[in-house]
Amino acid sequence: MMHPNKKRLRRSMMFLNCQKPGLIKDPYIYKPDSIMLDLEDAVAENQKDAARYSLFHALQEIDYHGVERVVRINGLDTPHWKEDIRVCVAGGADTIRIAKTESAKDVHTVEEHVLAAEKEFGRPEGSTLLMSALESCKGVLNALEVCQSSERLIGIALSGGDYTKDLQTVITGTGVELMGARQQMIMAARAAGVQCWDTVFTNLDAMDVFEEEVKMIKMMGFDGKSLVNPRQIDIVHKIFTPTQKEIIFAEKVVREIDEKKALGIGVFTVDGKMIDIAFYDGARRTINLAKAAGIYEGDL
Amino acid sequence: MINAVGREIPDEILKITGKEGYQGKNYKDNAEFTRGAAKIHAVVDPTRSKLVDNIHDVLVKCGIKDGMTVSFHHHFREGDYIVNMVMEEIHKMGIKDISICASSLGKAHDPLVPMIEDGTVTSIRSSGVRGKIGEAISAGKLKNLAVMCSHGGRVRAVESGEVHIDIAFIGAPTSDEYGNLKANGGKSNCGVLSYAVADSQYADKVVAITDCLVAFPNIPASISMTNVDYVCVVDEIGNPAKIATGAAKPTTDMRKLRMADYCTKFVINSPYFKNGFSYQTGVGGASIASTITLADEMEKRGIRMGFGVGGLTTPMCNLLERDLVDVLVDTQDFDLGAVESIQKHPDRHIEISASEYANPFNKGAYVNKLDFVILAALEVDVNFNCNVVVGSDGVITGAQGGHPDTAAGAKCTIIIAPLLQGRIPAICSNVTAVTTPGETVDVVITDYGIAINPKRQDLIEAMKDVKLPFCTIEELRDQAYAITGEPQPVQFGDKVVGIIEGRDGTIMDVVRQIKEFEF
Repeated sequence: MMHPNKKRLRRSMMFLNCQKPGLIKDPYIYKPDSIMLDLEDAVAENQKDAARYSLFHALQEIDYHGVERVVRINGLDTPHWKEDIRVCVAGGADTIRIAKTESAKDVHTVEEHVLAAEKEFGRPEGSTLLMSALESCKGVLNALEVCQSSERLIGIALSGGDYTKDLQTVITGTGVELMGARQQMIMAARAAGVQCWDTVFTNLDAMDVFEEEVKMIKMMGFDGKSLVNPRQIDIVHKIFTPTQKEIIFAEKVVREIDEKKALGIGVFTVDGKMIDIAFYDGARRTINLAKAAGIYEGDL
Repeated sequence: MINAVGREIPDEILKITGKEGYQGKNYKDNAEFTRGAAKIHAVVDPTRSKLVDNIHDVLVKCGIKDGMTVSFHHHFREGDYIVNMVMEEIHKMGIKDISICASSLGKAHDPLVPMIEDGTVTSIRSSGVRGKIGEAISAGKLKNLAVMCSHGGRVRAVESGEVHIDIAFIGAPTSDEYGNLKANGGKSNCGVLSYAVADSQYADKVVAITDCLVAFPNIPASISMTNVDYVCVVDEIGNPAKIATGAAKPTTDMRKLRMADYCTKFVINSPYFKNGFSYQTGVGGASIASTITLADEMEKRGIRMGFGVGGLTTPMCNLLERDLVDVLVDTQDFDLGAVESIQKHPDRHIEISASEYANPFNKGAYVNKLDFVILAALEVDVNFNCNVVVGSDGVITGAQGGHPDTAAGAKCTIIIAPLLQGRIPAICSNVTAVTTPGETVDVVITDYGIAINPKRQDLIEAMKDVKLPFCTIEELRDQAYAITGEPQPVQFGDKVVGIIEGRDGTIMDVVRQIKEFEF
């Protein structure tokens, strides 16, 4: 049976440094869909144990008011990841973000240790979800096998910084260097029925450029974006919030498809547009996004 | 007695001070009294010079002696040199038992502490004390009770004769040799001299201290020669870098931006947001951010502000630049933008006196005409009482300023405070000291939610369809305590070291000597 939270809404996934109590004590006031508590890059090499300690207590003590608690663990090429997994599972993290995933095997390795930890700490088996960050050309090329690797896997996220290094270029601000990865990853995710998130945008002085980028990745089909600052959340949510016109249309599509199906009709028109069953999931998604934004007043 | 904000005021304190406990915000409405008066030494002889060479000589000419009351203004803020300059000379002369009546004292005045310890200074009346003076008072080192008063409350005390100033020392960015004083045109411009106006009218002796002597007549003058006895020219009256700096960079802290956003949404949805509304705001990051977003909303909706009141900063002055406000009335300038604005717009950016601003005992002050005031607070309790003077550690560390005055006057008083100040809950069951009574506070905006005072059912009704995270003040307190735990009360000693004076002269609260925490 699919984990009930596997397909939950994840428009905004905000990174937080585990070592900063002021940050991790109440990020839910900014209403992100998910927070990503970071044990990896934000934490100095000699502070990994301290970060794990504060992570464990945060997971145990703080009521995050329904915000998904993802933890980014250290890469499989480090000495830290195994202990990271034990702490995540013991603390009760919702999801583990696997850094630098390159293959299905990487996911299987983590999954094995997660299962062992779930047994060790008496957590229900399969309760901890996984997501993979793709940070290299190899990882991006293997996107489909990663997406299909595990029942626990909720989706894949692009990590643009490391990926562009691997490509031997830089983040140019035009998006041209990320074009291939974005297209490849969203197709792989959709083919496997999992979610897909875009990379972070780090220039906080260019909120207008950020906004354009969010609009673009939404058009490309992404579910959301990794974020580095709470100021970015409202912008993402605004762009991922359907317009009233879209909501009304989606409602009509859902109702008509339900009705026409009962009558044995497959293809029909709504407001002059040809509609069939292929539009059903998209219309449902629009209504779910409207609900998440708190603007849906219908009964679907 | 227990006063109207539920604070116990010891009978002994009522007796010593001859004051009543606080009875409610309009208790003294229509109070009848005779104004105090200054003893004047007429300047009849046109050949008499007012110029005096140095502070020592001017003190001698003024007849400085033990037990006198001297006054100062705080327009130079943390850049002020005047207080220390004068007090060090008084100290050197061996004068004792001086009462200081200042519009505010800050960290710049830490050098007064040894004078408190050796009995040179035995009484302080000020809107606030920060830094080491606050610590000294809280440690019980000041001989007499410190009186913490609001800006309006201080002028009330001076004008009503409750406090009689023997010598007023007025730092002036420019003066002519006859004592016409202006706040601009010199080396240490501060924009306005509002807080010194009453001192110049009610003190027996008035000394202008300047570092920029200009040609006679220095007009239009903030303070007129008709009230000034002596003019003393010194090298420097202040540090311009600490008097007024460039406008603070607008905050990028999402927590403050969120509170600012809530505040703007509240303001524009309230019944008072209409053409000609009036507005005042403090200088906190969230207050400034809300002024910036409010300006955009005003422009978008075609709503103009009738008048803005300050304590002014650049974002308020930008309302004038964008022609979104008819007039700004000004008692203090917090940055260079405000100092420049008053010089650039003499017809629409107007200096007013502290009495015009906030005195409850004249025939009507600007605060009475405010629609909105946006303020900060160290603590707010479930009765909406605010504390802006005493830290959560029990040490005096802030200033009432115009907080109680504007809250009492405005139709809609909004407090912006983060739910937690570090690990200390800002929303609590009982504030450490009451400085602004809850009956004058209408809305509390935090990063977690917004509480409207249940006494304001009209505002609750007006907001019923507005999408903001409304909750009760108790819910805010409970959320704070759920995170930090319920704080244990600060432990105080028995000795009362100061009073928090209500703006009408009654006693709002007392401050006791601090005691080391015992585990």
